[in-house]
Amino acid sequence: MTTTPTTKRLKTSAMIASIAEEGQKTTPAPFGHALARAAEQNPAIVGLTADLGKYTDMHVFAQAHPDRFFQMGMAEQLLLGAAAGMAQTGLVPFASTYSVFAARRAYDFLCLDIAEPNLNVNVVGGLPGLTTGYGPSHQATEDMAIFRGMPNLTIVDPCDSVDIEQAVPQLADSEGPTYLRLLRGKVPTVLDEYDYTFELGKAKVLRGGADVVMVSSGLMTMRALAAAQELAKHHVDVAVVHAPTIKPFDAETVLREIDGDRLVLTLENHSVVGGLFETVASAVVRAGLGQRIVPVALPDEFLDAGALPTLHDRYGLSIKAVVAKVLAEL
Amino acid sequence: MNTLSTATTTTPAASPAERTRLVQEFAYRMRHHILDMGEVQGQGYVGQALGASEMFAVVYADQLNFRAEDPDWTSRDRFLLSTGHYAIGHYAALAEAGIVPVAELETYGSDDSRLPMSGMATYTPGMEISGGSLGHGLGVAVGTALGLRHQGSGSRVINFMSDGELDEGSTWEAAMGAHHHGLDNLTVLVDINALQADGKTDTVLRTEPVADKWAASGWFTQRVDGNDAAALVTAFDHAADPGQRQGRPVVILCDTRIGRGVPMLETREKAHFMRIEEHEWQLCREELTAGSEGQNR
Ligand SMILES: Cc1ncc(C[n+]2csc(CCOP(=O)(O)OP(=O)(O)O)c2C)c(N)n1
Ligand SMILES: [Mg+2]
Repeated sequence: MTTTPTTKRLKTSAMIASIAEEGQKTTPAPFGHALARAAEQNPAIVGLTADLGKYTDMHVFAQAHPDRFFQMGMAEQLLLGAAAGMAQTGLVPFASTYSVFAARRAYDFLCLDIAEPNLNVNVVGGLPGLTTGYGPSHQATEDMAIFRGMPNLTIVDPCDSVDIEQAVPQLADSEGPTYLRLLRGKVPTVLDEYDYTFELGKAKVLRGGADVVMVSSGLMTMRALAAAQELAKHHVDVAVVHAPTIKPFDAETVLREIDGDRLVLTLENHSVVGGLFETVASAVVRAGLGQRIVPVALPDEFLDAGALPTLHDRYGLSIKAVVAKVLAEL
Repeated sequence: MNTLSTATTTTPAASPAERTRLVQEFAYRMRHHILDMGEVQGQGYVGQALGASEMFAVVYADQLNFRAEDPDWTSRDRFLLSTGHYAIGHYAALAEAGIVPVAELETYGSDDSRLPMSGMATYTPGMEISGGSLGHGLGVAVGTALGLRHQGSGSRVINFMSDGELDEGSTWEAAMGAHHHGLDNLTVLVDINALQADGKTDTVLRTEPVADKWAASGWFTQRVDGNDAAALVTAFDHAADPGQRQGRPVVILCDTRIGRGVPMLETREKAHFMRIEEHEWQLCREELTAGSEGQNR
């Protein structure tokens, strides 16, 4: 039996590691505050959680509207079954848990009780993709792959606090069920620097560029923008197209951007199987384009436990790794 | 019954008082390991692990049949940690049991360690299952107990779970399955620390009356002070008595105190993630040591 040498190694830290870079501008609990605000306009909105109110920013809503908050216990099947029942009575539930438990434990309840009758239930999943170092039990690396196969379900993968704040009222207003890949706690604020507004179902060009096109969703849009700045120093001109709505997908905008001679990459905080890469790839094939696409995505593996920066480097999601990949491809 | 090849080996003839003493000492040493590991991370599930130390200790120092040098020995009893985030407590027990080197504990939760924050079988010798998604252990334990019995093994299965896991429907499916299949080789320990992620258990989901529920599901049910080593030893002795057990699976409900053994943590506001400042770790150790001296050991 070997003992590990005592050199300083990075630590896993708490269940929810921060995704903010050092010194980055952040906004506290954007989801909780946005939901509390939306609830002032819409009396039908209610909040539910499965013993993860504090960890999904639902506690902010619970404090603002205690009589409209329902703690369901650590019982995810009940969470989504009950959300369906509440929606049947005309309410608009937002139900929060971690993405892994929404996607894996409670899938059947979301599918048959919510999606099939097309109820307006909004599922809010914390720790999407690789946003915790806890290992496969908490890393929802395949949540979009699981959910993309579910008819009626809208899937939103926001980049930052701007996306989340603007998405919440639109999710409440849209018919049918939605799934939001939540970023919580001190969430980076990035898109306010761009001429951008979130529109459900729409992809947006954040910046143009002559050499490379990056199509990204979720926190990887943040990384794409940073990588683009980095690559400019190498005289590589990078365009970034942000596609926060994974389903229904804005193929028109994305195809318009990637049809041409530029190097195309997709960037997602998700497995290379069944997420943004395959969404874009299927749109390309359907349109009869012969475009090659380089995926930046998590490998089709159960991932390691460890510190998030270490893991993002290891699996190619760090800014550094993205830059290196582009330079190698050019 | 214990083939443990370390200093804590008991003989079958040891008196309950002697066994209790060994469990207490094992738990005391575990608590030091827990504080040391907690300091590495700076926070974490220290409060839970301190609270559950006697539960782990009675398993490894008194009950479990295992070989420290051969954790995969086929005739071993199986100890399943359903509550993955309690791994810090389990690692302390594995170190005391001689399965993991004590020196390795300082890698807890660090990159490339065999001791991740959330317990996983693929990482750590002596870990039977990967927890983390709560409410899995008991179902797997039912299958392990069925599989062992089916193949004529006399090995026992002990599943450790938290009170939060009583919220999950999967727990009760498994409880009914164990009764239906008459699994008297299965024992469950439930840590009732009255706490969950969002707050006190009775504010998150009222699970009481817990003992009535297990009894109604067909289990031999006992409820004890989970920090009382003597009570735990006695509960296992009752469970070993066929007259009391009557062919049923066994559950021992353990009321525990978060932070047990370190008064400054016992009285701190209960939180799923207990905050402990950098300068406090040494104070915690001193309180732990002083308390054990006060107990006159
Ligand atoms: C299926 C599942 N749902 C939710 C969680 C998130 N979670 C981690 S610990 C925890 C609290 C569960 O209660 P308990 O184990 O009694 O907590 P403790 O006593 O450690 O505070 C929750 C909800 C999880 N790990 N697994
Ligand atoms: Mg608990």
